[in-house]
Amino acid sequence: MDLGPHAAFIWASYAAFAAIIGLLIGWTLLDGWRQAKALADADRRGLKRRSDRTANQGQKTS
Amino acid sequence: MKSMQTLTQRLANPTRFMELSRAILPWIAAGAALFIAYAMYLVFFVAPPDYQQGETVKIMYIHVPSAWLALMGYSIIALSSFGLLVFRHPLADVSAKAAAPIGAAFTLAALITGSLWGKPMWGTYWVWDARLTSVLILFFLYLGLIALRSSLEDEALAGKLTAVLALVGVAILPIIKFSVDWWNTLHQPSTGFTSSVDPSMRTPLLLSAIGFTLLFIALHLKGMQNEILRRRVKTLRLAEIERGDRAFSERVE
Repeated sequence: MDLGPHAAFIWASYAAFAAIIGLLIGWTLLDGWRQAKALADADRRGLKRRSDRTANQGQKTS
Repeated sequence: MKSMQTLTQRLANPTRFMELSRAILPWIAAGAALFIAYAMYLVFFVAPPDYQQGETVKIMYIHVPSAWLALMGYSIIALSSFGLLVFRHPLADVSAKAAAPIGAAFTLAALITGSLWGKPMWGTYWVWDARLTSVLILFFLYLGLIALRSSLEDEALAGKLTAVLALVGVAILPIIKFSVDWWNTLHQPSTGFTSSVDPSMRTPLLLSAIGFTLLFIALHLKGMQNEILRRRVKTLRLAEIERGDRAFSERVE
């Protein structure tokens, strides 16, 4: 693929763009994984939200 | 009216939002990947070089969507801030917070790709003209919103102050949009999706814009999910600390 005399600028643009968007995607996914893990840890320690406790009590009584 | 309220209330429920967003997120992400992949195929293997700019026009296919999403990101923050301050919508602050880093990333991408496009076309990476400077201010505004929020411990206060700043900063949007018409700038007037662009270039540009817009939406939804989970974890930890404090004071008494 011949991108002419300014090929370096084109590749640099696409590389910078891919790096920025790639980092953004990676950071978002990693953050999601961290939060899910923190919530699972809290759940394992028996910490429950009021709505979860109410739902569980409802299931037990029904 | 009643059904409208019910719909708003239903959408305002974070648990329902989590269910709905989990169901549609994979489809939006897949759509983004397909559109972007096809657009990039057209850009590198089908779209012709421009008669004046040659192959450097390929930078347009990422620069224009980035610039468009930089503005869209701030519009989402402004609308969400309005929703928080006026309607106290429970998800408005979550939406504003999640959109800030995504908008900042696309603004940075627009600045860098524009600069790398400017050097071969204008002979310089940067000029302090109205369009470039106003987009740089937009980038600093994004950073300001992120910094202000993270500098305050109180989540509710941080949300309100950030919302006020976001609404004050919304004045930058028309300045960016019309800067090329109001002032004599080096940046060309907007021709992005108009009929003055040949279809062989307009089609990949349009597909690229749709693809990256879908990616923005997917990242925004995922960011909102993350923020809801973060707030749940924080609430649980605070409740745990409160229970611990109460048990301690009972023992002391």
